[in-house]
Amino acid sequence: MEPFDFVSPTTIEEAVKTLASAGDQARILAGGTDLLVQMRAGRRTAPLVVDIKGIPELNVLSYDASKGLTLGAAVPCYKIYEDETVAKVYPGLIDAAFLIGGIQIQGRASIGGNICNAAPSGDAIPAVIALRGVCNVAGPNGTREILCEDFCTAPGQNALKNGEILVSISIPAPQANSGANYLRFIPRNEMDIAVVGVGTSVQLDASGQNFVSARIALASVAPTPVFATEAGDSLAGKAVSEEAIQQASELAMAAAKPISDMRGTIRQRIHLIGVFTRRTLNIAIERARGG
Amino acid sequence: MPGVTHVQSTLNGEVINFLCEPRQSLLEVLRDVLGMTGTKEGCNDGNCGACTIILDGRIVDSCLVLGVEAEGREMMTIEGMASAEGLHPLQQSFLENAALQCGICTPGFLLASKSLLDQEPDADEGRIRHWLAGNLCRCTGYDKIIRAVMQVSTAK
Amino acid sequence: MISNQVLSEVEFNVVGKRPLRPDGVDKVTGRAQYGDDTNLTGTLRAKVLRSPHPHARIKSIDTSKAEAFPGVRAVVTAKDLPFASLSKDELGGEYTALKYASDHMLASDKALFKGHPIAALAAVNAHVAESALALIQVEYEVLKPVVDVREAMKDDAPLIHEDLRTNDMGETGDKPSNIATHMSYSTGDIDKGFAEADLVMENEYTTATVHQGYIEPHNTTAFWNSDGQLNIWTSTQGSFQVRGTVAGVLRIPVSQVKVIPMEIGGGFGGKITAYLDAICAVLSKKTGAPVKALMTRTEVFEASGPAPASWMRVKIGVKNNGKMTAVEAEIAMDAGAYPGSPAMQAIVCAFACYDVENGKVDGYDVVDNKPKTAAYRAPGSPQAAFAVESLIDEICGELKMDPIDFRLLNAAKEGTRRIEGLVARRIGLVECLEAARDHDHYKAKLDEGIGRGVACGYWPNRGFQSSVVMTVNYDGVVSLIMGSVDIGGTRASIAQQAAETLGIAYEDVKPTVVDTDSIGYTFITGGSRTAFATGLAAINAAEDVKSQMVSRAAKIWDTDEDDIEYVAGIVQHKSDEELKFTFKDLARQLATTGGSISGRASVDPTGEGNGYAVHIVDVTVDPDTGKTDVTRFTAVQDAGKAVHPSYVEGQMQGGAVQGIGWALNEEYFFDDSGKMMNPTFLDYRMPTSLDLPMIDTVIVEVANPGHPYGVRGVGEASIVPPMAAIGNAVHAATGHRMRSLPITPGRILEAGWENGRS
Repeated sequence: MEPFDFVSPTTIEEAVKTLASAGDQARILAGGTDLLVQMRAGRRTAPLVVDIKGIPELNVLSYDASKGLTLGAAVPCYKIYEDETVAKVYPGLIDAAFLIGGIQIQGRASIGGNICNAAPSGDAIPAVIALRGVCNVAGPNGTREILCEDFCTAPGQNALKNGEILVSISIPAPQANSGANYLRFIPRNEMDIAVVGVGTSVQLDASGQNFVSARIALASVAPTPVFATEAGDSLAGKAVSEEAIQQASELAMAAAKPISDMRGTIRQRIHLIGVFTRRTLNIAIERARGG
Repeated sequence: MPGVTHVQSTLNGEVINFLCEPRQSLLEVLRDVLGMTGTKEGCNDGNCGACTIILDGRIVDSCLVLGVEAEGREMMTIEGMASAEGLHPLQQSFLENAALQCGICTPGFLLASKSLLDQEPDADEGRIRHWLAGNLCRCTGYDKIIRAVMQVSTAK
Repeated sequence: MISNQVLSEVEFNVVGKRPLRPDGVDKVTGRAQYGDDTNLTGTLRAKVLRSPHPHARIKSIDTSKAEAFPGVRAVVTAKDLPFASLSKDELGGEYTALKYASDHMLASDKALFKGHPIAALAAVNAHVAESALALIQVEYEVLKPVVDVREAMKDDAPLIHEDLRTNDMGETGDKPSNIATHMSYSTGDIDKGFAEADLVMENEYTTATVHQGYIEPHNTTAFWNSDGQLNIWTSTQGSFQVRGTVAGVLRIPVSQVKVIPMEIGGGFGGKITAYLDAICAVLSKKTGAPVKALMTRTEVFEASGPAPASWMRVKIGVKNNGKMTAVEAEIAMDAGAYPGSPAMQAIVCAFACYDVENGKVDGYDVVDNKPKTAAYRAPGSPQAAFAVESLIDEICGELKMDPIDFRLLNAAKEGTRRIEGLVARRIGLVECLEAARDHDHYKAKLDEGIGRGVACGYWPNRGFQSSVVMTVNYDGVVSLIMGSVDIGGTRASIAQQAAETLGIAYEDVKPTVVDTDSIGYTFITGGSRTAFATGLAAINAAEDVKSQMVSRAAKIWDTDEDDIEYVAGIVQHKSDEELKFTFKDLARQLATTGGSISGRASVDPTGEGNGYAVHIVDVTVDPDTGKTDVTRFTAVQDAGKAVHPSYVEGQMQGGAVQGIGWALNEEYFFDDSGKMMNPTFLDYRMPTSLDLPMIDTVIVEVANPGHPYGVRGVGEASIVPPMAAIGNAVHAATGHRMRSLPITPGRILEAGWENGRS
């Protein structure tokens, strides 16, 4: 690895100032489980590494029934799934936090880092999109919000501008009768990159028999995570039925534009999007019904 | 030559000071700077768990932590697992169950298993297999490793 | 339900017990010193510049900028190896062998695989070395690569070596070819055999390039002292192999090189070839300092020695009653950049489980633009078994015959003559098949959705040279030194055999693995030979100790040696009951009666140990995703005698799981330019603990007539059956016959689509 300087700011202002003055020469370090691998392999270089784990706002993990969840961008995965409240309220988020790497990786890796890394296969991204997550960004010109579905712009590239950092992710409190789930397909049972991943959330009516709304997002089937709006919207107002779920899964398949590579072929990935859309919807429905 | 940083942290209960370059991983610092070679390098990209250490109570791959990040933190390596009184029950169980062949993955497995049982003393086979999935072993097929951990677990 | 069974017929005092391994405490406390833990004062770090192209002519190398980089102490290229200054005339018949060996370490004219070493340098630390590598400028003429064994065999394929001509059973081909060797063996009359058959089936099979996957990367530290002595601390399966290779490439006498084998973090055949040692030696000579190198994981995948990919065609004829009448196979294996695939071993093993009168097997050793393959646990046999055992399963299906009954009907036994001519001594395949048939697992009801498969496998288990020296200390503890490095518990199993022979306690034998200056020549730890051959050396050395102890007692008692006997650790007068020493009592007298006693033995046993294994596996296959889960696995193997049953079980389980990985997920992916796309543990998917059930074992013990305790060796046969057993189980679960490895979820889905299901 080439030499670099290392700073660990303790305030957002300090971090933003450092990043703004370094321009594209700086890289943000949270858990390091992507960045250090990429730097070591020569895929990313950075004369300056800015460790943002010392900034309090990036370590916030708080839930409020009215405001929802504030998830600091540097909070490691294990803290999320070991938080009993978060685990109870956001099982769809836990699904992803529990899947990113093994236990060692989960000791360091954060949802914020997973989103910023902007891999098409990032497990947290479809889960957060399905949960209507919003990325809270701070920069030289103040703060702004970016919808999670708009955050990734290309493989490995995100919407952050020079000097900006992702501070936290806000996820609204779940509506009544709602449920979410994230599933991925990997050839092994752990330690793999998603061949496909599907995150869904559904809101049912009080009877639990009809969809009020649904959101479906896909991983590993396009250069960026895919927010399959037509697939989700197709369920709104419909009765919960195999046909409706089948139709939504077909729309999700249509939204998938994968490539063939060593991890899977186009046909396999589109097929699996159908399979996993159906599976995640069924789990989300079960959770919405209190199961 | 690039600049070096002074780092103070706690290693196996002792306060230590060392100098390192920012680009040096904690794994490299442990092995090359501090001479603690019990922590092993298998892949250097977080996929084998051979370099597992316990950092502030959580297992991490030390290849994916920078040495400078250890400032003010507590580390435990395999060298800190046995005490003057003798081996840790997991170390004894690994020996008795023939849970190692070549032994290169053993320090990582022991620390990962310890962190699990410290947190969940009654972990069952399924939980143990899940927790240890970030540690690769190529010799044993895991059978005897899982049995060795199960023997120390209080799960019946 | 018993997880681990040992079917013993003979009991011993120490052999067959499960003592703690002598190196165990060091290995659970992190104190054991592995190769990369070596740290001599003033050690420099080496890094290797590797070809980014799988096939390219090297037009020029400019190292000047790297040499000028601060912190760099020396740079080497092929020009620094002796081969560069030797002519073809000088080398004569040695030319090709030295060119291959030398070029494999540092390429002189062509890069033959991605990762082929082009240059190397030593610097003050690994980061500086890595930075400096980027400053070496190499001009390449990129050539068309070939990375598929069948493509490489074609007449118009890119030639890897312009001067390589096929050795066709001793005849040299008339034009250059990538087929290094064609081997052909036959027995009986296959035309007659196939004509007699009621059913003849034939199919083609392929397997992918796979890696041994040891967790410890290759490493070495070399120090070439100013007095000419070259010392090498390394992680290897064979310290004498490293010594021989380094001395050969550097053209120095073997006695000038001392190899100190450090603890080794796995090998499985992959740590026999010496990749870094000569490079570090030359860098050490240039710098006067110790030089250490450690491969990255990517270097391990791209530039050590994986196991070959293969193409196979198998044809089998049977009578309606299941009796095999004729077998035929063609097996092509890619050796990678230099000749030497295990095609011959594949020929030997392909039909070694069967007693069939008429057979013919052809093998092809083919070079292509992949790293030169190395041994991997039973080299050649797993590929051949995948093809043969899959086809036999198809035949059993056609005949509606139980697959174990079929194999029992045709099983090789004492006296069976193999196709290449060897006649079997007492072997234990029938006993293994019977143990499998009678096992709970095989009798268990098949739940809905579960497919069950069985397969068997063979590995010869060879002997070769081993040396052991034992010294009796004055406290009665015996120090045992050996040249066999310990990968998986052989210190224990050798000490057990020594203790058994001496009639003393296991704890009273202290085994140590020593360097090449301290013991006689010892072949590699590999080939399932160590417990057998080094065990035999230990037994013979113990006999030497016993006879010297008897002599000493004779001297003390002033009597004739013939009057004294050594029984179960007691040296006693045959007629005078008063005259009796325990081993320890006599040891205490040694200092005052002539000094210490050392026993020694060097052995080179001939004949084969013959390891047979039978595996039973249950799988489920998710019809929507094509993903296979192994839900139950039972491995049965004839160990002859399990010296330390725990470590025998460990070998059986480890081999089975490597086989499961080979069957389901492991493969090298190559892009269109011939580059490996997945040189990481992330994408080279070895099984994790979460991918597996417990691996149940049954140790069968049919004594090997070539060993006093019946030991056969156990390291390899266990990797042979799993691929076919899993393929057969997948067929049972899905109806899809998978003839290519690995049997990935994608391939199972494709098979479903092709068969009109989805």
